[in-house]
Amino acid sequence: MNHDSYSDSYIRGILNTVKTIAMVGASERANRPSYFAFKYLLERGYTMIPVNPLRTGEQILGRRIYVRLGDVPDPIDMVDIFRSSRHALPIVQEALALNPRPQVIWMQLGVRNDEAAALAEAGGVKVVMNRCPKIEYGRLSSEIAWMGVNTRTISAKKAIASGGIQRLSLNRASVSGGTTEAADAAERSERGGRRIIQARNL
Amino acid sequence: MTDRIPGFSTLAVHAGAQPDPTTGARATPIYQTTSYVFESVDHAASLFGLQTFGNIYTRIGNPTTAVLEERVAALEGGTAGLATASGHAAQILVFHCLLQPGDEFVASKKLYGGSINQFTHAFKNFGWNVVWADPDDISSFERAISPKTKAIFTESIANPGGVITDMAAVAQIAKRAGVPYIVDNTLATPYLCKPIDQGADIVVHSLTKFLGGHGNSIGGAIVDAGTFNWSRDRRYPMLCEPRPEYHGIVLHETFGNFAFAIACRVLALRDIGAALSPFNAYLILTGIETLPLRMRKHCDNTLAVAQWIVAHPKVAWVSYPGLPADRFHALAKKYCPNGAGAVFTFGLKGGYDAGVKLVSNVKLFSHLANIGDTRSLIIHPASTTHRQLTDAQKTEAGAGVDVVRLSIGIEDVEDIIADLDQGLAD
Repeated sequence: MNHDSYSDSYIRGILNTVKTIAMVGASERANRPSYFAFKYLLERGYTMIPVNPLRTGEQILGRRIYVRLGDVPDPIDMVDIFRSSRHALPIVQEALALNPRPQVIWMQLGVRNDEAAALAEAGGVKVVMNRCPKIEYGRLSSEIAWMGVNTRTISAKKAIASGGIQRLSLNRASVSGGTTEAADAAERSERGGRRIIQARNL
Repeated sequence: MTDRIPGFSTLAVHAGAQPDPTTGARATPIYQTTSYVFESVDHAASLFGLQTFGNIYTRIGNPTTAVLEERVAALEGGTAGLATASGHAAQILVFHCLLQPGDEFVASKKLYGGSINQFTHAFKNFGWNVVWADPDDISSFERAISPKTKAIFTESIANPGGVITDMAAVAQIAKRAGVPYIVDNTLATPYLCKPIDQGADIVVHSLTKFLGGHGNSIGGAIVDAGTFNWSRDRRYPMLCEPRPEYHGIVLHETFGNFAFAIACRVLALRDIGAALSPFNAYLILTGIETLPLRMRKHCDNTLAVAQWIVAHPKVAWVSYPGLPADRFHALAKKYCPNGAGAVFTFGLKGGYDAGVKLVSNVKLFSHLANIGDTRSLIIHPASTTHRQLTDAQKTEAGAGVDVVRLSIGIEDVEDIIADLDQGLAD
C-alpha cells in the first residue's frame, strides 16, 4: 500500500464504516488539536473513546478516559494515534492484541511509522498515516470548504445536508479536484529532514 | 489506486462549487447575509473556538465567498485561500500575519505603483519596513536580507513594465534565509503561471483584474501554498505561539499545511475587517469560469498588437516579454510559456506630449486606471497610477514620463490596432 497518497474512496470507505474510534493521546485541554478532532468526530456521530496513559482527569466531553487500549471494555473499530511517530509501534502492537481486532489503524497528521504500518497490514488491518480524520471528514463532506480550504474534490451532485445547521454528509458523490503537490513535496522533504536529524542523534 | 486529476479549465468551472445542498441551485447562490443562526449554544461555541467548520458572520466567512476561495486555491495549487475586499487588503492581511513592529521584508522595486505606495507609506505606520531589491540583479535580494527580514515579495509579471521575475532564483534565496516567498500573480493569473510550482509559499491576487476579468468588481485573494514550516525557528508568533484570541490554540499545529490561510482569516481578516462582499465574489466567480478562454484571446491579441506597435515609426521602444527581442523573453518562455500576459508598456518618440495626445485620441480604448478587463484600456502611468512616486521611483518601476501602458482586451484585434493607428496619426 502506498502511504504517500490515498484515494478519496479508500478514506471515505473507512470513515463510513467505522463507528467506534479510540483516540490514543486525546487531551482534556480544550485548546489542543486532539481535543478539536475528538469533539468534531463526536459531533459527527462517532462513538469516541479517549485513551491517554498520562490522563489527569476522568473524562473528555462526558466520555471516560482509559489509560490503555486494553482497558476499553467495548469493541473498537478504529484506533486513532495522536502520539508522535516513535510511539506508534507499541500502540499498534497493543491494538493488534485486542479481541476483536480493530479494522483500522489511523495515525494523525505528522505521524508516520512504516514499521508499525507494515505490522498492522500483515495482521489484516487497514492503515492510514499522516492524515487527520477531522480534516478528511471535512474535506470529503466539503464542510471544510467553508474555511476556504482546497478540498481537492469537485462534484456536479448536490451536497447532502445531514441534519442540523451547517452539517454535510460524508456520502457526497465527488471526484478528485485540484492538487496540492507543492505542499505534499514540502511535507516529504520535512519528514526526510527529521529522519536525518534522528539518525544523527543516534 | 490514484484518483484522476482534472485539468485547469475543469477546475476553473467547477472547483469549490457544487449544487446547493437545500435547493439544488446549480449556479453558486449569492448568500447575501451578514450572519448565520446557531444550532445551539454548544454549536456556537464550537464555531467561535474554531473546533468545527462553518460560518458565523460574513466578515469572517461566507458560503459564496468560500466557493471563490477554494477555486482560486485550486487553480494555484495551494492548500487554502482567503478572499479579501481588494488586492491591497490581501497584502495588508498577509503582512499582518508575518510582521511585528520593527521587522523588515524585501520587495522587488518593479511593482504595481499602488503596492509601492502601500509598502512605502501605509506600512511605515505599523513599523513594517520594506527593503527594496532589483529583479534585474537577483543577488540584490540576497544582499537585502537581514536578521529582521521576515519575507520576500515580488510580482510574477510586474505591472506595468512587463518585467518577469526569476521566481525560482528568488525562491532559493528565500529558502536559504528561512523566510516565506510571497508572489503577486495578478498579471499572469494561474492560467499563465503558477508561482507555487516555482517555490512561492504565499500567492496574492488582485481579483479585480484578469481573474474577475470584466472590470466590474474589486476583490483580492491570498493563497497558502502549504509549503512553509512556521514552527521551525519560532519567528512567526501568529502561527507558532499560543493565541490569546483563541484560548491558547497554536494555529500551525492545529491546522497544519493550511494554517497560514486560517491565520489570515481568523486573526487578520476578523480584526482588520477587509472582507469581500458576497455579490462581488459571485461576479468574480462567474468571471473565473471563462479565465482560460479569455487569457488565450488576451494573449493572442496582445502579441499581435505588440508586433504591430513595435514597427510603428512613432514608437521608440516596446516592453513586452512576448516579443522575441525583449530582454525578458527567455524568462517569459520559462515562466509563462502560454503567453506573456496582456499588459505592456511602450514609449513614444514624442515623449510626454505624444503620450497625452494618444490617450486623448483613442476611441475604442478606455482611458482609465485599471487592467485586465474584457475591454482594451490605456493609461499614462506617470500622471495617474504612478503619480505619487518620485521621478526616480517612476523610472525604476518602468513608468517614466514617456511611458504609455496598454491592457489589451478581447475585442477583434483588427479593431484594436485600427484605433491605435488612428490615435497615433497626425
